[in-house]
Amino acid sequence: MSEILDPAVAERALARALANGGRFAEVFAERRHGFSLSIDESRIESVESGAEEGAGVRVIEGSTSYFAHVDGLDPADLERAADEAASALRGERREPRPLKAVASTPLPIQRRPEEVAASRKAELLRELDERGRGQGGEIAQFTASYAEARREVAIANSDGLLNGDDRTRTRIGAQAVARREATVETGAETLGAHRGFELLEDDPGLIAEQAARKALTLLDAGPAPSGSMPVVVGGGFGGVLFHEMTGHGLEADHIQKGASVYVGKLGEQVAQPLLNAYDDGRLPGEWGSDAIDDEGAPTQKTQVIEGGRLTAFLYDHLSAERDGVASTGNGRRESFRHLPIPRMTNTYIAPGEATPEEIIAEVEKGFYAVSFGGGQVDPATGDFVFGVSEGYLIEGGKVTRPCRGATLIGNCLEALAAIDAVGSDFFMKTGICGKGGQKVPVGTGQGHVRVGAMTVGGTEL
Amino acid sequence: MSDLNAAAQRAVEAATAAGAGEAEAYVSRDSGREVRVHGGEVESLTAATQSGIGVRAWIGHRVGYAYGTDLSEAGVAAIAARAAEAAKVADEDEFAAAPRPAPIEALPGLGDPTIATSSADQVAELALSVERAALAADPRIAGVEQAVYADSAELVSIVSTVGVAGEYETSSCFAYLQALAEGDGGRETGLGFGLARGPGGLDPEAIGAEGAARAISMIGATKPVSRSCPVVFDPTVAASFAGLIGGALGANAVQRGRSPFADRLGESLASEALALHDDGRDPDGAASAPFDGEGVPRRRTALIEGGRLRAYLYDTYTANREGGASTGSASRHGYRSLPSVSTSNLVVATGSLPLAGLLAEAGDGVYVTDVAGLHSGVNPVTGVFSVGASGRAIRDGELAEPVREFTIAGDLVSMLGSVQAAGAEARWVPFGGSVSTPPLLIDEMSVSGS
Repeated sequence: MSEILDPAVAERALARALANGGRFAEVFAERRHGFSLSIDESRIESVESGAEEGAGVRVIEGSTSYFAHVDGLDPADLERAADEAASALRGERREPRPLKAVASTPLPIQRRPEEVAASRKAELLRELDERGRGQGGEIAQFTASYAEARREVAIANSDGLLNGDDRTRTRIGAQAVARREATVETGAETLGAHRGFELLEDDPGLIAEQAARKALTLLDAGPAPSGSMPVVVGGGFGGVLFHEMTGHGLEADHIQKGASVYVGKLGEQVAQPLLNAYDDGRLPGEWGSDAIDDEGAPTQKTQVIEGGRLTAFLYDHLSAERDGVASTGNGRRESFRHLPIPRMTNTYIAPGEATPEEIIAEVEKGFYAVSFGGGQVDPATGDFVFGVSEGYLIEGGKVTRPCRGATLIGNCLEALAAIDAVGSDFFMKTGICGKGGQKVPVGTGQGHVRVGAMTVGGTEL
Repeated sequence: MSDLNAAAQRAVEAATAAGAGEAEAYVSRDSGREVRVHGGEVESLTAATQSGIGVRAWIGHRVGYAYGTDLSEAGVAAIAARAAEAAKVADEDEFAAAPRPAPIEALPGLGDPTIATSSADQVAELALSVERAALAADPRIAGVEQAVYADSAELVSIVSTVGVAGEYETSSCFAYLQALAEGDGGRETGLGFGLARGPGGLDPEAIGAEGAARAISMIGATKPVSRSCPVVFDPTVAASFAGLIGGALGANAVQRGRSPFADRLGESLASEALALHDDGRDPDGAASAPFDGEGVPRRRTALIEGGRLRAYLYDTYTANREGGASTGSASRHGYRSLPSVSTSNLVVATGSLPLAGLLAEAGDGVYVTDVAGLHSGVNPVTGVFSVGASGRAIRDGELAEPVREFTIAGDLVSMLGSVQAAGAEARWVPFGGSVSTPPLLIDEMSVSGS
C-alpha cells in the first residue's frame, strides 16, 4: 500500500495542508493503469494503454472543502497540492496526528490481467466476434470490447489514518446490430467484476450470443404500449431501477440539502413488507466492491430497506460528520482528480419467494422490461426515467410479443411503494454510475420484481 | 514553441525508436478551478493542474495508442514504447495512416485573460451571487441544490513524424445552478446556466433568475393526456436532439452501418425549415480551435441545407475509407482518448418567428423544456427514441399549465422532416456537445402521459 505513499511524505504533506488551519486534511494518492481494445468489422482496433498517477489533497474548515490535485507522486508534487489547498485558508496552523497504518486486504486477484499477453485478449475478442456473428445471417454488425483497469490507492488523513487498496477490474462487452430489410435492431451485453482475467475463464463468449439474440428477437418487435400498467422488471440489471429510484435519494448529501424525496422518511414504511434492500461494498468479486472506500473507511453491508421500512442513508466522511454518525464506507471518487462524495457500491433488492413465472402469471395486461439501456433520476423531485433495451408485452399472464422503444417513467416514492412481488432468481450486473460529473463502477442486482402500476411510454397510442 | 511541444517531439522520436513507422503526440496542460456553493457558503473550492500526453503509433497499417501523465524524458519514452507495442496487437487496416499536414490558420480570441486575473474569492462570489439571485427571485424558491462556477485554461500541442505541428491556447468557463421551488405540496427543480470564455462573460443574475423561473414554472405540474400533437422544443431540448443528430452524421457510424443516416446523402429528408452546420471555428463556440484532435484544420461543414442531407463529418481515417478529405472533425476528450469523429460546434439556423410566434403556430400542444434519459432512451443506430420530458402545455397558442412525467417518442430522421419552424433567437447550450440553436416547432410528435 505505502508503495505509492510514503508515510513520512504523507505526514509532511498533511502538515503543510494544515498550515493555515482546517479541522481535517487528507491526501489521496493513486496510480492507475489501463488497457483496452475492441473488435469492429472483425478487426482488432482501438488498442489503448494508459498509465496515470497523481494526488488530491483536501482540507476541510467550517463547511468548506478546499481541494487541489496534481499529476505525479513525487514528494514535491504532494507538497505542491498541499500548499495549493491550504492557500485559500486564513487560519492558524494545526498539527495532524501521527499516522497509524491500517492493513486492509485488497480483494484477491487470481490472474493479473497485465500478465496475460495482449494477443490472448485479442484472441478472446475474435472468439466473441465469431460467436456473435454465428447467431445468424441477420447479424449485420458486431462489436466487442475488452478493458482492464488497476487502481492502486492510498489515503492518509490528519486523524492519523493511513490505509490503501489495490483494485483490479475486468470487463467485456458485446454489441450486435441485426437487420432484416429496413428493420434494424441492436442488442448489448456485458460481463464485469472486481476480479482479474479469471473472470473470463468460463464462457466469455456467452455474452456475444446473448447480445446477438437480443438484437434478433427485437427484429420481430412491435411498438411498445403506452399508459399506466403493471410492469415486471427482469433480474440483474433490472436492479438499476432501484438504484435510480431509491439508491440516489438515500445518498446523504442529497438528504442534507433537502434535495431528496426521502428526507424525513427514515424509519417510515416506504415500501411493502416484502421488500428488503442493501448497499454492499463487500460482495466478493463484485463490480462495485472495494476493500475500503476512497476515504480509507472499510466498505460495509448496509441494509437500506427492511421489511419495507427505510432504515439507513449512505454516508461519506463529511456527510457523516454533519449528522454525527459514522461513515458507511460510501465515500467514493472517480480518481485523484475528484472530491469524494456519497456513492452507492453494489445496490440490490434481496431475493424474495416468487419465481419469475409466478410473477408474470398474475399480470392480465402489462409490460415486461427484461433489461434497461440505463436510467436517470432527479433525486429532489423523485422523477425518473428508464430506457428499456429489451421489453415484451404481457397478455393473459403470458409473455407474448417483443416491443421496441419503450421508456418507463414515474416517481420514486409511488413506484417503490407499488413493488408487490420480488423474485427468488437473484443475480448481479455491472453498471457505470454518473453523479456530479464523476463516474464510478456500481453493481445492481435483484430477482424479477413487479411494480403494480407504472407509466410505460411507447410509440403506440 | 512551448515545453509541451518539446515533450511531443521527444515522444514521436521515442516511438520511432521503439519501432513505429509513423507517430503523433498530443500533449495538453490544463489549469482549472471549480467552486461549489450551497446555502450562502462555499462548499468546495478546487484548484487543479493536469497535463498528459497521448501517443499514436503506426506500424505499417496497424495503429496503437498509449497515454500517461509522466512527461519526464523517461516517462514519455515509456509511453511511446507502449504505443508501439499496442500497434502490434491491432489488425492491419489499409486506411489507418498518419494524417497529412495542412496549413493551419490561427484562430485568435480563444483565451480570456480574465480567468488568470480573477481571484478564487472573486469567482466564489460569482457562484454565491448566482445562488442569491435565484433565492431573491421568488418566495417559492425554497433553496438551491447547488450553484457551481468552473473555469479552465488549456494549452494544446500536437506533433507528428509526418510534419503535423500546431499549438493553441483556449479558455472556457461556466456557471449553473439547480434551484428548488416548493408549492402545491410538491418540489420542483430548475436549471439555470451560462457559458463564456472568462468569468467577465457570465451574468450571475440572469443564471440565477433562469433557474428560479424554470423551477417555479413547474409547480403543480401534472401528467398530460397521451396524444399526438405539435411540440415546441426550448433551446436546451433542441440542442440535445441536434447533438444526437450530429453524432449520427459522423462518418464512422455511417460507414459501419450504425447510423439512421447511412446511405442517405443528398436525400431530402429534413423540412426546409431546418438547416444545420458544424463550425469548428465559430468565434462564439466553446469547441472552437484552429485544428482538430489530429492536427487537421477545423472548418465549417454544411450538414443539412434546403432540407437535404449535404455531408457527413470525417476524420482522417474515415476520409481515407472513401478517398476523400477530413472535415477536421477528429475530437478528443483530452490526452486520454484516441481521436474519433465527432461534432465541434453544431449550429441550427434561426428562423423568423419569436417564441410567441412558434407557440401560436403550435396552437394546442406541448412546450418541452427538459428531457431525461437521452443516453438510454435513444437508439443511435436506428434513431428511434422515447425519452422522459417535462414542460408546459400549449393551449390556444399560449403557454398554459406545467406538465411532467410524460414521454415523447419518435425517430430522429422523421423528426427532421417534421420541423415546421425554427425560432428567431438562438442560444449556445452545452448539451449534445456545443450547440447553438433556437427553439424548434415540430408539427407532430407522440406524447405519452396519462
